[in-house]
Amino acid sequence: MIAILDYGSGNLRSAQRAFALTGHETIVTSDPNICLASEGLVVPGVGAYGACMEQLVATGGRAIIDARVAAQKPMIGICVGMQILFTNGTEKGGHDGVGIFAGAVSQIDAPILPHIGWNNVRSEISSILLQGLQDESFYFVHSFAAKSAVADASNSWCTYGEEFLAAVERGPVSAVQFHPEKSGAAGARLISNWAETL
Amino acid sequence: MTLSKRVIPCLDVAAGRVVKGVNFQNLVDAGDPVELAKIYGDAGADELTFLDISASVEDRSTTLEMVSRTAEQVFIPLTVGGGIREVADVDRLLRAGADKVGVNTAAIARPELINEIADRFGNQVLVLSVDARRGSTLSGFEVTTHGGRTGTGIDAFTWIEEASARGIGEILLNSMDADGTRAGYDTEMIRQVREITHVPLIASGGAGKLADFSAALAAGADALLAASVFHFQTFTIGEVKADLARHGYSVRL
Repeated sequence: MIAILDYGSGNLRSAQRAFALTGHETIVTSDPNICLASEGLVVPGVGAYGACMEQLVATGGRAIIDARVAAQKPMIGICVGMQILFTNGTEKGGHDGVGIFAGAVSQIDAPILPHIGWNNVRSEISSILLQGLQDESFYFVHSFAAKSAVADASNSWCTYGEEFLAAVERGPVSAVQFHPEKSGAAGARLISNWAETL
Repeated sequence: MTLSKRVIPCLDVAAGRVVKGVNFQNLVDAGDPVELAKIYGDAGADELTFLDISASVEDRSTTLEMVSRTAEQVFIPLTVGGGIREVADVDRLLRAGADKVGVNTAAIARPELINEIADRFGNQVLVLSVDARRGSTLSGFEVTTHGGRTGTGIDAFTWIEEASARGIGEILLNSMDADGTRAGYDTEMIRQVREITHVPLIASGGAGKLADFSAALAAGADALLAASVFHFQTFTIGEVKADLARHGYSVRL
């Protein structure tokens, strides 16, 4: 069973539908026992960094993430769900993140923001998420991103104004800045790639 | 490679059905929105926009079900506009499976609505829909409501600047002069609006031939919305994208 963390942020139903499409049953929950016991945990997120972190802490989601990391159990963050895994975010004054990945999440240097639409992602051969998806396009909606490679990880990149991290995979922790659940066939393949590792 | 220019079919829906008409009149049933959404999704649409033109509250709840059924089966972003008056309307649509909402008339009547939606759900969910026509306001472009039939006396550019400051994710710029004419997008208006805003700009109104699409991009649009040319199968989404690619624009094929 895959658990989708419900901490009051993100379009949980669309993630659930996309997993269902690829034949994977999910449960949307904030129950720590279910989240910790699940084979995989999905951490969604939309809106502002600080608001997401506040809700994550208030609902016990942060403790769940920390416990899963300590237990080396698989997890994938999506969009702001990726961003909050970094050290901090500079959106609206600056906020601490969960800090699994070292680095800051800051505004993209581009004349037109948000970065909205389909953009291609360049992955390393070591990427499991993007296997068979080299240079495919995915759907992005964001203004902030992490811009430095994460050490000892498979880093995948996107360019909009400047280069930023589109995906990070390090051990059991994966994260994507784009929305696989809104990225048609390529997104479905990515979800399958992740789910099949569980 | 770079960010692709988006091609977005727009479906007018009323009481859970897609309708065709000219200027909201002589509406003809044009089928099941879920089926059409799937067809457009398979044909390479980068997003879908539903414009809810329902007349009653009952019809709007039918629209919610329609959004939900579409979101079950179509895995590209859905924007829903029409009839959004308060944060609770946005909440209902997002829960039903919409990814973005378009606001127009209610935000003109009460601009604080923009802040309220952006504060709750983030700027990225909010598409400011501007129905503009040439008029005697400061910029020469006036905001209209009710499908372009009612002038507001509000200057379109002043309104766009105010709304941008309040927090929007995109602008859907619909030319009421060009709408339904198939004489091409209003590239002059697109060019001028591009200069005053830093959010993505979706061109709407007037698409009639293939060359119109690349002309709107050359004027500064980031995305292209069209309805009748797709519904009446004047050309396919693939043909539009192939033509854009020929003009050197990045598209998702």
